[in-house]
Amino acid sequence: MTKEKRQIFVFLIFALVLLTIPFLLRESYLLNVLVFIGIHTMLAVALNLLLGYAGQISLGHAAFFGIGAYMSGILTTRFALDPWLVIILAALSAAAIAFIIGFPILKLKGHYLAMATLGFGIIFYIIFNETVGWTGGPSGLSGIPNLQIGGIIFDNDICNYYLVWIITIAVMLLSINLSQSRIGRALRAVHDSEVAARVMGINAWVLKVQIFTISAFISAIAGSLYAHTMTFVSPTSFGFNFSVELVTMVVVGGLGSIYGSFLGAAILTVLPEFLRVFEDFDIIIYGLMLILINMFMPGGLISGFQLLAQKVALKIKGK
Amino acid sequence: MILKVANITKAFGGLTALDDVSLGVATGSITGIIGPNGAGKTTLFNIITGLYTQTSGEVYLENKKISFFSPEALAALGLVRTFQNVELFGQMTVLENVMVGSHTKSSSGFLSCAFKFPRQIKEEKLIREKSMRWLEFTDLDDHAEMRADNLPFGKSRLLEISRAMALEPRVILMDEPAAGLNSRETLQLAKLIRQIKELGITVVLVEHDMDLVMDICETIVVLNLGKKLTQGTPREIQENPAVISAYLGVS
Repeated sequence: MTKEKRQIFVFLIFALVLLTIPFLLRESYLLNVLVFIGIHTMLAVALNLLLGYAGQISLGHAAFFGIGAYMSGILTTRFALDPWLVIILAALSAAAIAFIIGFPILKLKGHYLAMATLGFGIIFYIIFNETVGWTGGPSGLSGIPNLQIGGIIFDNDICNYYLVWIITIAVMLLSINLSQSRIGRALRAVHDSEVAARVMGINAWVLKVQIFTISAFISAIAGSLYAHTMTFVSPTSFGFNFSVELVTMVVVGGLGSIYGSFLGAAILTVLPEFLRVFEDFDIIIYGLMLILINMFMPGGLISGFQLLAQKVALKIKGK
Repeated sequence: MILKVANITKAFGGLTALDDVSLGVATGSITGIIGPNGAGKTTLFNIITGLYTQTSGEVYLENKKISFFSPEALAALGLVRTFQNVELFGQMTVLENVMVGSHTKSSSGFLSCAFKFPRQIKEEKLIREKSMRWLEFTDLDDHAEMRADNLPFGKSRLLEISRAMALEPRVILMDEPAAGLNSRETLQLAKLIRQIKELGITVVLVEHDMDLVMDICETIVVLNLGKKLTQGTPREIQENPAVISAYLGVS
């Protein structure tokens, strides 16, 4: 019970810190970065449910992000549909696509699954680029309206910050709950030994399709929020590179840790700003980071932090 | 007869691993399947539990035809197994491993798990309590919070049994449960298997440890080179000349 209480406490502190940041920090540039961290956190959490918990790779998750963003962009600019309704519609569409393609591709394992999801991602990247009449093609789609509730229009940094982070925190909370339930255990069981999981009565295939569907649903919501906060989308944000960046976030932060996904998202959102001086060599630094983390901290940075916290706690108790 | 295997043949390409094998397992019994290496014992287990598909033949659970059922469907019917090479969920705790065993006995879906509906919280508590009891059953309750892959080998075999018991099975198939155990652990295992039988659960085991098999099994089936050699009580098996020649070679 104390463990459970500690978890709730940690989560409340986490949520409180994030929700008070705008009171302390008024600089618009930094708030903007934090909005991006929020969107990336949502995506990393979504991918983590699939990759970190169920142990199934996806190298095409940027496609679901793109589906959300483009559906919101297209349906609100061309059909003037209610943006909130479109967000739900977009998420449901992405989930439906994931559900349909999930059944055949989640029969595949390891490298074959990586290739299949990679192909899926590239197909959507091509669609975003080539259907110029709808998406605006490579030059992008602009003029996407800001969201609004009642009189509040989400057109400034503080409003966007709260919009994105309230949803992100909710996604994190629901994901943590899920990961500690019988479903979460079933996912981790499939990860550790699929054959034993099946013998225990877990329908591994269906479960993988379900979590893939949920992951796509969350990714599409992130995409819609991205479209409405940026008011502009173009295909380069939804390509293969971004799919790999998402995998990097999850691995660097910590596979199977929701807070790890936040950490990974934060680091990989901020890092490029500092790596700009290296120009094209930044990709080498990402690679180096992945290698070092896999060698020395296979549980991701979050496991390093936990270890550090334990050591500090022991020292305090010792004195 | 709770479990019946009828005329099972399994061919891997040109190699016939099982050739027209039939056997029956009496309800509530402990049945042993023995045979020299390569006799097809594990193949037979894999077919019964749905991991392999047979070339021909049928499997029945209480007169219900279960040929070609998937492992997860069989688990829901109360048929569970353990593995020769111990298949634990290594990155999960010992307790969580057993909690996975309750999967078919619980029903909270994605929504109620994510939103922690009251019914889910109640169910979760129940799963935890029941799982602790199954850990006590195998004396593993002290290790509940330990990571499963840190368990010593003997204890990991016991954990696999706890996890299988959490499924509340009708039939439990154990693939060489004594392999790698020392003599003290084997004695403890024999006691445990008897306790499982007393709970009304039918036990089928593949085993090379003859002392254990002769000690606890009521019926023994002997396989050799993919064929059923004979079936009988431990005494009958020990005196059967065909069995002796299969194990020792023909003189």
